[in-house]
Amino acid sequence: MAHFTKATSVHDWLNQRLAIDTLQRVLSKEYWIPKNINFLWAMGMVLAFTFGILLVSGIFLLMYYQPNVDTAFDSVNYTIMREVDFGWLWRHVHAVAASVVFLIIYIHMLTGIYYGSYKKGREMIWISGMLLFVAFSAEAFSGYMLPWGQMSYWAGMVITNLFSLGSLEFNGLVEWIRGDYVPGQAFLDRFFMLHVLLIPLAILGVIGLHFGALRIPHVNNQDGEEFDFDEEAAKYKAGNKKESKVIAFANDFLSKDMFVVSIYLIFFFYLVFWHFGFAMDPINFDPADGLKTPPHIYPEWYFLWSYEILRPFPKDPGLVAFGFAQVIFFLLPWFDRSPNAVPASRRGLFFFWFWAMVVDLIILTAMGKLPPVGVYSLIGEVAAYGFIALWVILPFITRNEKRV
Amino acid sequence: MKEFKILAVVIFFTLVTYWLVEPFAHSQMHAHVESEGFSYDDLPPLEKTGDATRGQELVMGAGGCIGCHSIEAAGFPAAMSPVDNSAAYGVNPPDLSNAGGIYAAKFLAALIKNPTQALMVEHKFTPESGKMHPMVAFYGAGGDIDQEVADMVAYLQSIAPKPDQITPKQAFDTACGRCHAVKYENWTQIGEKPAFKKKRDELVFLTQVEDYNANLMGYMGKLPPDLSMYIRSRGEHYISTFIENPQNLLHGTAMPRVGVSKDGAEKVIEYLVEAGDPKHAERDSVGIKVMIFLLVFAAASYLWKKEIWKDLH
Repeated sequence: MAHFTKATSVHDWLNQRLAIDTLQRVLSKEYWIPKNINFLWAMGMVLAFTFGILLVSGIFLLMYYQPNVDTAFDSVNYTIMREVDFGWLWRHVHAVAASVVFLIIYIHMLTGIYYGSYKKGREMIWISGMLLFVAFSAEAFSGYMLPWGQMSYWAGMVITNLFSLGSLEFNGLVEWIRGDYVPGQAFLDRFFMLHVLLIPLAILGVIGLHFGALRIPHVNNQDGEEFDFDEEAAKYKAGNKKESKVIAFANDFLSKDMFVVSIYLIFFFYLVFWHFGFAMDPINFDPADGLKTPPHIYPEWYFLWSYEILRPFPKDPGLVAFGFAQVIFFLLPWFDRSPNAVPASRRGLFFFWFWAMVVDLIILTAMGKLPPVGVYSLIGEVAAYGFIALWVILPFITRNEKRV
Repeated sequence: MKEFKILAVVIFFTLVTYWLVEPFAHSQMHAHVESEGFSYDDLPPLEKTGDATRGQELVMGAGGCIGCHSIEAAGFPAAMSPVDNSAAYGVNPPDLSNAGGIYAAKFLAALIKNPTQALMVEHKFTPESGKMHPMVAFYGAGGDIDQEVADMVAYLQSIAPKPDQITPKQAFDTACGRCHAVKYENWTQIGEKPAFKKKRDELVFLTQVEDYNANLMGYMGKLPPDLSMYIRSRGEHYISTFIENPQNLLHGTAMPRVGVSKDGAEKVIEYLVEAGDPKHAERDSVGIKVMIFLLVFAAASYLWKKEIWKDLH
């Protein structure tokens, strides 16, 4: 056993047992961040904050929510919204955070793509980030089921139907997933478990991996500049903070992070108090009714782009295209064959590729919600082909990119 | 500054996406129905000035109203229970005490003369269907029928509370509450559910509700929906235009035109807002306080950042 001396203070007592000085040094005071980064790099902290908000509000909702097909709807809309003091606040916070977290994830992802932050050396950051995206998607979907409203029920029906794998007609698999022929009590019970335990646990684990993945390659910077972190850190430690290209995570970058977070919170709570409706589909305020199909079934806004890649095609090709859309972003570090990890504005054709992808995703999102008729159907189909085409050409347009 | 430019780009694309997914998509999925201002332009105008005393004689006598309707305000309680009434007519005929204060005068006059036209249920009660509307039209007591109808309307208005004295709950009860339940407000189709001491008494009451609803289902084709959350699932504009003319939004529906005045419709909506969104005032007041806190927090964090970064640049 290590040698322990009589502690001179509480700090010393803890330090001997938990090495808190070392932890603080490694995790914050000597965790180096490039100086030339903009507010987009604070999105990680914004996401961590939002996840915290979701966790806390979710725990409060969990105290009163009842995972039962007969009482779930009323436990949310009556008990939590009317009887529990400030239940409405936790519910709106949870619902708005669940929607806004995807907006921030998309900004975070597109930032990574724009600045090339997934390139050689940083693949694990990108992959763990994509794993988080998948986990958050599963978390959002399972949570959407719980109020047992009309859209919950029918979204559950439509999404689980995908597992029949088109013409393969694996209906047994669909029934096994649902625990019934249609979404029912067994379905609600297992999605409740997934939402409150298994997936959050997985998310916490992958967040750990995502943070860990940053440790060695460090975060990218606004100019794509490569420099020696040890050399720059030495300058910083010697007191030449102005000349050094790096800053400490705490309190240097943290102070900027917190400023960005505070602005974000103003936006967030504005939505919670005065615009929560955008995050809650009106149709979900009708109780689930298995005998009455809603006139339009569509997913939440953050899934619309991938839904629209499924919808314009016949059954089997649609499923293949949908599967493609789900996995292709994972492979970005290998599809992009350029050696540069610099902003898209300095990469020639890739710059156009990036903005074409942004516009295409927005078009797919819009068409995914609109009824699939007439010109909307056509635009959706073209945008879905466009998405696939963009991925096919990516290796070719980046192959000959010159090193900058 | 570069960061502001980046922020502007992020905000621009966020707003474009928001606009496409919310206002634009909804405008494409749901046709916008303009309010008709509760003017009931398709109904004949009221040209005569009514005499309430004459009207009272007609309502109590030749008009035949109290054969089916109770008028508690004038000392005529219901002869039968709501359940028995629904067995006889399909739905419990409304008590007329508040009718003059809630419904548009023009609508009441048209209703007395031609119920299916005023209620817009002519598609349901056709000669081919063999169904008769339970309310029989008034064919006149021998004089000028328009004058007689105006007198009856004047009488109903004279006994009703003034429109500004009618509570949202009274308006809802008279206009909607015999077909629609609002369980979050404890409202059933046969009235408010009392607090029972004994389970047995509660079961008796619930059995009556079930019996009533079975008759109502036979009359309407399906049980009209519970309206507890309709303010959330449909919104004020939809409900208001739906009350005004259900056929505009749900063509062929068995729901009759309600015929409320503009004021009556606002009362009904007020009731539904309280039922489905009872915390709206609390939300506003807490919201302001949270915003003030966040502005102070943002200012403090900005000063902290400035303090730290002055050594870094």
